[in-house]
Amino acid sequence: MSLNELYQNVILEHNRSPRNYRSMDDTDRKAEGHNPLCGDQLTVWVRVNDDVIQDASFQGSGCAISRASASLMTSAVKGRTRREAEELFRRFHRLVTGTLEPAEAETLGKLAVFSGVSEFPIRVKCASLSWHTLKAALDAPGHTVSTE
Amino acid sequence: MTAAPVPTLATPVPVPLDVERLRSDFPILGQPVRGKPLVYLDNAATSQKPQVVIDAVTRFYASENANIHRGVHFLSERATLAYDAVREKVARFLNAGSAREIIFTRGTTESINLVAQSFGRAVLRPGDEVLITGMEHHSNIVPWQLVCEQTGARLRAIPITDTGELDLEAFDRLLGERTRLLALAHLSNALGTINPVRDLVARAHARGIPVLVDGAQSAPHLGVDLQALDCDFFACSGHKMFGPTGVGVLYGREALLERMPPWQGGGDMIASVTLERSTWAPVPAKFEAGTPMIAEVIGLGAAVDYLSAVGLTAVAAWEHELLAVASQRVGDIEGVRLVGTAPAKASVLSFVMEGVHPHDIGTVLDDEGIAIRAGHHCAQPVMQRFGVPATARASFAAYNTLEEVDALVRGLRRVRQVFG
Ligand SMILES: Cc1ncc(COP(=O)(O)O)c(C=O)c1O
Repeated sequence: MSLNELYQNVILEHNRSPRNYRSMDDTDRKAEGHNPLCGDQLTVWVRVNDDVIQDASFQGSGCAISRASASLMTSAVKGRTRREAEELFRRFHRLVTGTLEPAEAETLGKLAVFSGVSEFPIRVKCASLSWHTLKAALDAPGHTVSTE
Repeated sequence: MTAAPVPTLATPVPVPLDVERLRSDFPILGQPVRGKPLVYLDNAATSQKPQVVIDAVTRFYASENANIHRGVHFLSERATLAYDAVREKVARFLNAGSAREIIFTRGTTESINLVAQSFGRAVLRPGDEVLITGMEHHSNIVPWQLVCEQTGARLRAIPITDTGELDLEAFDRLLGERTRLLALAHLSNALGTINPVRDLVARAHARGIPVLVDGAQSAPHLGVDLQALDCDFFACSGHKMFGPTGVGVLYGREALLERMPPWQGGGDMIASVTLERSTWAPVPAKFEAGTPMIAEVIGLGAAVDYLSAVGLTAVAAWEHELLAVASQRVGDIEGVRLVGTAPAKASVLSFVMEGVHPHDIGTVLDDEGIAIRAGHHCAQPVMQRFGVPATARASFAAYNTLEEVDALVRGLRRVRQVFG
């Protein structure tokens, strides 16, 4: 397993210049996520209208995997319904834990760059922190989630 | 006639370490990791084990295993003798006044909890204060928070300076009328700072305040002389000093231990039991309820023999050299900032790299077979103090080499490359 497969260029690029890296003050759907093990901490905001995610953003500190994941996630969920976003998370989670069929991986679009994570079990939490936090923001706004 | 001075741990060992020979005592070091030679620089988390320690544990189970302090049979008697002999060994190793002052625990964490729940709970009253420092491991913070909550006492902390030293002026201010205990690390696991414990103990004692020293990091790296330090409690872990996991030591001044209530109740810690009341065994048995970690204690004995034979003075000198070279070379890498730059440091090199999270540093180094730690090192207040979420930490032991420092530096240059 090479390091290049974990740190694919897309991931490095999103780590350097994350998309949707801003707060949103016109929504109460916001949640904080912590990974106590590495001290990662991020806030995710979502604006939902008619059950469709209109906008998603994040801020916080974390490793390249968790920043890039939050960056790509916030882009990927825009325009999707909650159910679609949750389904996407389920597939993403199977991707990073190595239990997704290759054919299904194609349906993940850009998110497929995280396939290398499955070879680094310790980094699964980094990749999924933003997703757990998104789910918390959708389910119970103002909640704090922890990956421990 | 005066007796010839007894050599102590502070006596310089004339022969420098034969690092290559030392390495061959540790089977794990010969093992490749991710196709590269293992470079183990996570010694502050746990040290590797020499074959003699592995053998001692195996031999115990293969031919000596029995419960102690209760059997009349051959094996039990032998196991009991072996277990108690380690107590003597540890007392000599740390230069305690007596083996009765050595209590076996599960590790530093349990040792500190024991003092908090036995001594702390008995002594602390509402409004009293426990004084710790801003560089403590969580295991020297949380037990005090718990006992403060139980007793109404207040926890205060000595701040640290930008270089990672204790602010001694603040120390004098904080050491007050209501202070009932000072608890501090000898050697910080997050910063590498060596605290001037002897001096601080003297200042606390001048006010009648007892002192607990967290020696988890100092016991394996500095050479500890408890009588010289003059502290009242001292805690350390076997697994950080070439010994097994699951065993540690609490030293306590005998007069204090005598007055402290037991912490846990059970077998072995009693003098007599009726259904109405029980009386306690003398120290240290009073604090060792139940069947202890016998094999681990035997293994700890082998580790202490090994460390003594190598010589803590030689170990400290070699680690000092490794740390000096590593600090210089790692510090010179573009974008690297060392966290913890006190003049008196040992074995620990904590750093951050601009634009790269410590976790990612750890993963890239791991790909080169280099094991370091990335995270908050169970010292979150230190991270908050230095305004970083985490650091990368390389920590050295006697078996590390200058070639391994080279490998670390090369690995960090690769980190720079990967993250541009
Ligand atoms: C300074 C310090 N104190 C306490 C501990 C806790 O030791 P243990 O986990 O062996 O109980 C450690 C271990 O990391 C440490 O470095």
